[in-house]
This record gives sequence, structure tokens and C-alpha cells, in this order.
Amino acid sequence: MRQNRRPAPSTLSAALTILRKDLRLELRTFETITVTLIFTTSTFIVFHFALNRDELFGDLAAGVFWVTILFASSLTINRLLSNEKQQGGYEGLLLAPIDRNAILYAKIAYLFLALTLLEIFALSIYGIMLLGPNYDPAMLALIPICLLVNLGLATIGTLISALATATSARELLVPLMTLPLFIPLLIAASEATAPLFEKAPEIVDIGKWLGVMGLYDAVFLMLSIAVFEYILGD
Amino acid sequence: MPGPLAVSVDNLTRYYGDRAALDDVSFDIPLGNTLVVFGANGAGKTTLLRILATLLRPHSGKLEVLGEELPKDAWAVRGRVGLIGHDPLVYRDLTARENLEFVAKLHKVNTDGVQDMLERVELADRADEPVRNFSKGMTQRLSTARALLPQPELLLLDEPRANLDPGAAMLLEPFIGRAGHRTRVIVTHDIGYGLDQGDIALGLKDGKTEWLQPADRVSESEARRLYK
Repeated sequence: MRQNRRPAPSTLSAALTILRKDLRLELRTFETITVTLIFTTSTFIVFHFALNRDELFGDLAAGVFWVTILFASSLTINRLLSNEKQQGGYEGLLLAPIDRNAILYAKIAYLFLALTLLEIFALSIYGIMLLGPNYDPAMLALIPICLLVNLGLATIGTLISALATATSARELLVPLMTLPLFIPLLIAASEATAPLFEKAPEIVDIGKWLGVMGLYDAVFLMLSIAVFEYILGD
Repeated sequence: MPGPLAVSVDNLTRYYGDRAALDDVSFDIPLGNTLVVFGANGAGKTTLLRILATLLRPHSGKLEVLGEELPKDAWAVRGRVGLIGHDPLVYRDLTARENLEFVAKLHKVNTDGVQDMLERVELADRADEPVRNFSKGMTQRLSTARALLPQPELLLLDEPRANLDPGAAMLLEPFIGRAGHRTRVIVTHDIGYGLDQGDIALGLKDGKTEWLQPADRVSESEARRLYK
């Protein structure tokens, strides 16, 4: 009977199939995008009144921006795999003859895209509502910072979301577990971003902070690849 | 001499916390035969199906499904097993066609078969509607189509006729009934239906085997005693 083993789709092909399905579901419902965009705007308004300032610069501007992104990402992460369960297809996915890391890659890619979209929106709103300096070519250095932060948030978020899916208290578990793990990324991202948000944005060497984020992302990516199948197992 | 075995279960045990949901359960299912499982709620029937489907790991015992050892070679069993259970395992915001195309791609099955499958379960005219608009019976038909599309060798059926009107039950009979000529495990509270469909009958009580015998030797009254 072993000779009846079926050919399985490649990991890449399975991951792309799952990603396309996730994007299609999101574009049909706009549940996650709408919630995170409203949350981000509301948070900026709260900061605007709480700090009683019209303009933020430097460390404070970087901190407010990244803390907002981090909390908004928690909303997306909370729904990442629980949405599979709510939609009804989660166990169908587990029954498919695919490398289960394909699910990991698809969810990381989905979160990465969602966070990138969120940051494009958030930067636009932030610039109008709170950010002191005008957009400057030096701010192009935000691109690698955002990409590395997104990879880290997406990887850690997917891992924790998978862990939380197996428990009944997942809504509590996701923020409890993700926020401490996000702190190193938050520190590095804020440090790298602060000079770009100064009154006169300056081009500085942010290589050290990009390296920290890259290393942190790589460690969690390898950890996720190693344990993801086991986490989904039971 | 018995034929090759599709499923071989030896001293299978599975716990939820300290409670044994399945306790030392053993049975064999020859290829092409049907095992029907009876038992009251909490007897371990659904746990058994989920272990055979590779969704749960056994905690002890030896388990072979379609020649593969579980849980070690679970990856080789997935795709050869079709599960039709309480949950339809379809995405409610996707259409019926999108759901089946998604399954076909993940199982590396030609998507050309999707339209044929939709016609066979009489959902072709609603194929492009989101599943959230479907009645329970229609969702159950789609769930059956989802399970059958990859041509599974082993069918795991948990109350397969729940939510189906008599017409829909008759419609699906060629696929999930004896006429499908597949190895099956059926979990049901419908004793008459189960005894009619089964070759072997397993009675479970509190996770333990109460009896295991050819289905034609089990009387309805004997099966009913499991529920007292």
C-alpha cells in the first residue's frame, strides 16, 4: 500500500496557494485591514491629545510610531490562525499532504504584506497628524527598517499565533507572548528611526540596528521552521 | 485468509489530561471493509477518527494506516484519507468552487475535476456563491465533495448523514456508501444505518472496547446497551 503514496505539491507552491486564499478572503471581507487602519488612526489621535502636541520629533516621534505599529500588528496576529478556525478550513489545511512549513511561510508572507500596507498608511496619517519634519529623502532609510521590522513581527507573530491556536485563551495569550518578544525589535527600530524623524532628518549609519534586527529575525525564522510542524501537530 | 489491512490498531491509548479518551483499543480493518463505531457521547469515537486522520497523536499503542506508521509517517497518509465530520472544513467566505479549487491545488489534483464534482453533489448552479449563504445540507454536500475530490483510499465518516434530508442522503450514497468500494470508518448513533453499512462493529464505552465483532452478528439491542 505504501506504493500508493501520492505526489505532494512543493512547499513553495503550497505556500503560494495558501497565501492567495488568505488574500482573497481578506479582499472579500476587509476585516483585518479595516480594523488595523482604524486602530492606527485612533491611536495617533489619542497620542495627539495625550501628549498635547501638534508635532513630534526624534526619539519621541520614533517611539510613538513604532509602539502604534506594534499594537496594531497584535490585532492582525490575533486573527491570523484563529481566522482559519472561524472560517472553518483550519483542519482541512492540516489534512492536506503538504509540508506544514508551507503554512508558516504563507502566514509570514501574509502578515508581512499586511504590515507593509499598514505602515504605508500609518506614515501618511502620521505625517499629517503628528510628525514634525517634512518628508525628506533621508527618510528612504525607513524602507529597510520597515522591511526588517515586518519580517520579525510576521515571523514571531505566526509562531505565537500557532501556539495560541491550541489554547482556549488565545486572545489573551497572543499579546502576552508577543509583546515581550517584540521589545528588541522595537528598541532597534526606534533607535534607527529617531535620526530620520529629527527636525532636520539626517543620513546616519543605521547599519548596526539593521544588523540587530536582521539577526533577531533570522533566529526566530530558524526557530519557527524547526518547531512549527510540532506546534500544529496536536 | 484475511486480505491486506487498510488499518491496524494495536493497544491504542489517548489521553486528554488525566482522562483516557481511548484506552487500549485494538482492531484491524481489511482493505475495502467498513468499521462502524458505536458509543455514547464521550466514548472516544471522534477521538479515534481524529487519530486515524492524523489530526491527533496517539499517546501509546501501534497504529498503521494504509501501510504507514502513525504518527511517524503521518505526512504520507494525509491526502489518502478523507474526513467528513461535524465541521465541514470549508471556508465560509469563499465560494463552493473556490473551496474545491483550493483543495485540489493543495492535494495536487487536477482542478478540471472540480466542475464535475460540483455537478455530482448538485451544487453546480450555486458554485459561485459564498458558502455562508448555503444551508446546512448544502454545506454538508460541499464538505463531502471536498473530502472526495482527492480520491481518498480511506473514508472517515462522523455522522455522515447529519444535516442531510433523505434526498441529499440518497444523492451522496454512491460516494460515501457501500457502492463507493472504499475502506471506511463510520461513527454513528444511527444503529440501523451503521449495522447496515458496517462489516465490522466496534462498541466503545468510556474509551474502552466493549465489543468488537462482525457487524452481522451484532443485534440492535446489544448496540443500544452502549447508550445506557
